[in-house]
Amino acid sequence: MSDVHSNSKFLVGIYDDDDVVLQAVKDVRKAGVKIHEVYSPFPIHGLDVALGHPRTKLGIAAFLFGLTGTLTAISLTFYTEGYDWPMIVGGKDSYSPIIYIPIFFELTVLFSALGMVATFLLSNGLGPTVKPLMYDLRTTDNKFAMTIDMSKNDIGEGDIESILKRSGAAEVNIKQF
Amino acid sequence: MGLGAGVVLVALGCFLAASGGGHETHEVAHAAGAEHAEGVAHHAYKWTNRLWANVWLNAIYFTGASVIGMFFMSYNYLAQAGWSVAFKRVPEALPAYLPIMGIVVLAVFFLAGHDLFHWTNPALYDTASPEYDPIIAGKHGFLNTPFYVIRVALYFVLWYVLWRMIRSYSLQEDLSGGTDYYYKSLRVGVIFLVVFAVTSSTSAWDFVMSIDTHWFSTMFGWYTLASWHVTGLAIITLTVLALKERGYLQIVTESHLHDLGKFMFAFSIFWTYVWFAQFMLIYYANLPEETIHYREIFSGFGGIYKAPFFINLTLNFVFPFLVLMTTAAKRTGIILKVAAWGIVIGHYFDFYVNIMPGTVGSHGGFGPMEFGMILIFASGFVWSVYSQLEKANLVPKHHPMLEESLHHDIN
Repeated sequence: MSDVHSNSKFLVGIYDDDDVVLQAVKDVRKAGVKIHEVYSPFPIHGLDVALGHPRTKLGIAAFLFGLTGTLTAISLTFYTEGYDWPMIVGGKDSYSPIIYIPIFFELTVLFSALGMVATFLLSNGLGPTVKPLMYDLRTTDNKFAMTIDMSKNDIGEGDIESILKRSGAAEVNIKQF
Repeated sequence: MGLGAGVVLVALGCFLAASGGGHETHEVAHAAGAEHAEGVAHHAYKWTNRLWANVWLNAIYFTGASVIGMFFMSYNYLAQAGWSVAFKRVPEALPAYLPIMGIVVLAVFFLAGHDLFHWTNPALYDTASPEYDPIIAGKHGFLNTPFYVIRVALYFVLWYVLWRMIRSYSLQEDLSGGTDYYYKSLRVGVIFLVVFAVTSSTSAWDFVMSIDTHWFSTMFGWYTLASWHVTGLAIITLTVLALKERGYLQIVTESHLHDLGKFMFAFSIFWTYVWFAQFMLIYYANLPEETIHYREIFSGFGGIYKAPFFINLTLNFVFPFLVLMTTAAKRTGIILKVAAWGIVIGHYFDFYVNIMPGTVGSHGGFGPMEFGMILIFASGFVWSVYSQLEKANLVPKHHPMLEESLHHDIN
């Protein structure tokens, strides 16, 4: 979840192996460097714990989107079948909630799914006209990148570079946005 | 000790039922069964019916709990799953109870088949008889005693023989290592899954659905499998936790428990999904021959099955859904245990509401007889599982995936 930065300078350590980058995260943090984010072509188990990220709030967002969907479904079915145009189907009361449980369920799922897509795009700064921040194109293929936001670190550039190298980085590049 | 207590309770329950049964009239108040009762001369109710129904109910429940051990191993082999190897000996120990259950099921059918299964009455198929029932006669090709006995015997033989094979491969693997036994087990697992794909459905029809002979549901095979499956998963989880607490199976980590918790959570919801799919279609269509099933449970027989109906839904859906939702809960032994016990008890009531209304009707209940019978069967099951666990090393030491399982980490 990167934010859009302007005029920020990043050090990008490139790693060849997921195990190495996982260990490197621990070593680099121990050396006192604040890591901005790690980019990987696939999920690495334990990485979020190693990075010390706080517990994600996505669950709350998903719950609220889902709740909106459920309430929409209840209002929709009640307004149409119970209030505006009551109909008796299968000998039941004109508004009989058990019949609509599939609708409640489906709209809950639909709203939370679409809501989470929107959340994903927003929180990652993605969109039709937005130019995505790309620290290193190879992280979409076979490399792992650890990015260090220089504005948030007091340690010198040279020191951080040597810490990254010592932790197993194959190369260290500078990226400016 | 559990066994002794169970026998005493069943004896007490039998005494109560036998002495109480004398005063009751035998007019079974078929509150919901107008259609059902017509032309169906209900066999006179004897107090032993309740005893046999109890034996049947527990036999079916524990048959499921046992065979799911084999099912779990088979799909883990098929998926070439590594994580479950650390506690593989636990599901492997469950199916040893199958032969006993097979004998009990067949014995009950021979001794009390007429009391439990309406369709065993030959008059139903005799056009000259006043009891002739064209609907049940139409099912005669499937529901007749010889074919039924052959089918039931076949289920137990097939399940047990395939389990014996996978078990012996597993034990030989402990001695010699290599990957030969792994691939042999995988093949047996695949054969079992093909067999079980058919027999899990047909056994559900035979064991449970044929009690309400008129009624049928196309969801029933899945429904019973879902119920058995989540029960088996809860029993595996409880056994693993029990072993871990007593200092065995220390190789099982929080990650394994987390995955077992996910399994119980997911398949509780799967059970609910199937339960609701069956319920809602019948509710929506409102056809008398289908709704009778739920009418009997919900409002029939003086409403005595209404409480088990809600216990069933609460313990099997609401409870595990809320308790096992968070990651932390699935990693905490005590919470897993509470949820697993809820599932184990809840699915007893699942079978209870499906078997009892059709067999004992208004004479049902939950007293010393029910509780004692559970104790007898459960003690036997626990004894069977633990004696199997004792027979082999708890860690399958030459399993090719053991190393992967030891490093299983899903933080």
